[in-house]
Amino acid sequence: MRLTAEETAILDGKRGAGAAKAMGILHSLGRIADAEEMVEVGSVQVSGVSYKNIGEYGLAFLEDWAAMGNKAVVPAFMNPGGADRTLWKRLGFSADFVKKQEQVVAALEALGIAPLLSCTPYHAGTTPRYGEHVAWAESSAVSYANSVLGARTNREGGPSAIAAALTGRTPKHTLHTDEGRKPTRIVTVRCKVPGIADVGAMGFQIGKAVSADKKGGVPYIRGVAAPEAPIRVTWLKALGAAMAASGAVGLYHVEGVTPEAMKHGDELKRGVQQKSEIESLDEGYAALGTGKGPVELVTLGCPHASRDDLVRILGILNGRKVKAPLWIAASQVVREKAEAEGLAEKLRACGAEIVADTCMVVAPLKDLGLRTLATDSAKAAFYLPSHHDMNVYFGSTEENVEAAVTGRWPGSAG
Amino acid sequence: MADTSITGRAIFEGTASGRVLKSDVPLGFFGHLDPETGVYREQGHPLDGVSIKDRVLVFPKGKGSTVGSYILYGLKKAGNAPAAMVMTECDTIVAVGALIAEIPTVDGLDLTNFEKDQSVRVDGGTVVLV
Repeated sequence: MRLTAEETAILDGKRGAGAAKAMGILHSLGRIADAEEMVEVGSVQVSGVSYKNIGEYGLAFLEDWAAMGNKAVVPAFMNPGGADRTLWKRLGFSADFVKKQEQVVAALEALGIAPLLSCTPYHAGTTPRYGEHVAWAESSAVSYANSVLGARTNREGGPSAIAAALTGRTPKHTLHTDEGRKPTRIVTVRCKVPGIADVGAMGFQIGKAVSADKKGGVPYIRGVAAPEAPIRVTWLKALGAAMAASGAVGLYHVEGVTPEAMKHGDELKRGVQQKSEIESLDEGYAALGTGKGPVELVTLGCPHASRDDLVRILGILNGRKVKAPLWIAASQVVREKAEAEGLAEKLRACGAEIVADTCMVVAPLKDLGLRTLATDSAKAAFYLPSHHDMNVYFGSTEENVEAAVTGRWPGSAG
Repeated sequence: MADTSITGRAIFEGTASGRVLKSDVPLGFFGHLDPETGVYREQGHPLDGVSIKDRVLVFPKGKGSTVGSYILYGLKKAGNAPAAMVMTECDTIVAVGALIAEIPTVDGLDLTNFEKDQSVRVDGGTVVLV
């Protein structure tokens, strides 16, 4: 692997011990991945923020690294943590947990990483350009940046993302390269996929179909129409999140929809041997629906909601009040804007809560006493049973709102 | 008799010596190793109840949560880390853990080269069977 004079200087400690450690990590990971060189990145998204996930040793690691004195040299921001920093007490999070979570945030801030605490930085001021190299770590955000924006990033881990932040670089391999972005499989869809849960179920199925493809599957999806704006963005968010969860997919192409597919058209499909078909979404729905009994919490906003998402949910509520708690996860940036325009208040009038800085996949749900959830997110429905031992109803946003209003999943014995 | 040495790929370059502790099945770090004790715990696993402290850990690959990287870090901080790790195929969790904990680690080696309790020295990508 070639290092520039600047990169060698950083590795030798000329910019400080923290940056040297960072370059050491990147250099080793680069050699493992057969990267020829580093690439400079425009922004960094850091994962490994929830104290529930990283625990005491992860916190110690972050504090030790921060103590070396180096800070991010490019815009860098955090993935969701484990609790809403403002509403935690009212929502039932424990003070002890929140104290630890704040220590994690403080250590990352000391490294120069901003407490955005969101998986949708593109709804909160950071939208990479087509072709721009970034180093993002959250799987649904990586998928969105690569697929919907045409930017270039691998899926970084916590330490490698921090290393990228401290050096402004990441090893150039896989999704940073033209070769690595070529489709590995053509997926032809033969059913309709209108809704958010529908596209999540489809994403779950496609993720599984490509997960065995060498070097990480890159599906080229054809035969499916994306809905019009504004829900188009939500549809693409849900698709990417589901595929990333079930198949570790970091990049997908949708014929006639995504920028690289639109730019390179038939060229992308040329020579791709592996093919799959999606005839129906039954398999996805069957795998993702594990709910039983009364609904204890309805969780929307996975990935984090945009303003358009909040407006759409308010429309579905149509003035009805909820019996079961309805939490909509979003960034603090989106929540603040929703407060300013009265949108948050209208949602609260129905009993719906915008929850910021966290999400239900990384929050300590068991400590909140929860067992049965409902969601319209295939990603959440996929992770919640294994990560938190939850049983989860999975279906359309409309069914989820109905479940919040009645306390029972529509059509279930309850 | 001359020492035998075999060369793999250095994941984290360093030198360390110790006695082999071998597992023919993958090792998980998160949920299986408490940094405060260094004892592996997994029902039915060949290393259940065994301390990994100062041993040259020989295993095919890692498994489990990405938090495993931080467990390796914790083991090093607590003084209970293995002296080195030798693997068939290093995954990112163990790789990142080896890098941040600075534990000499080599992969790309056939585990049949190693025997339980054998004395070895790891030096960069080379493992010397003493």
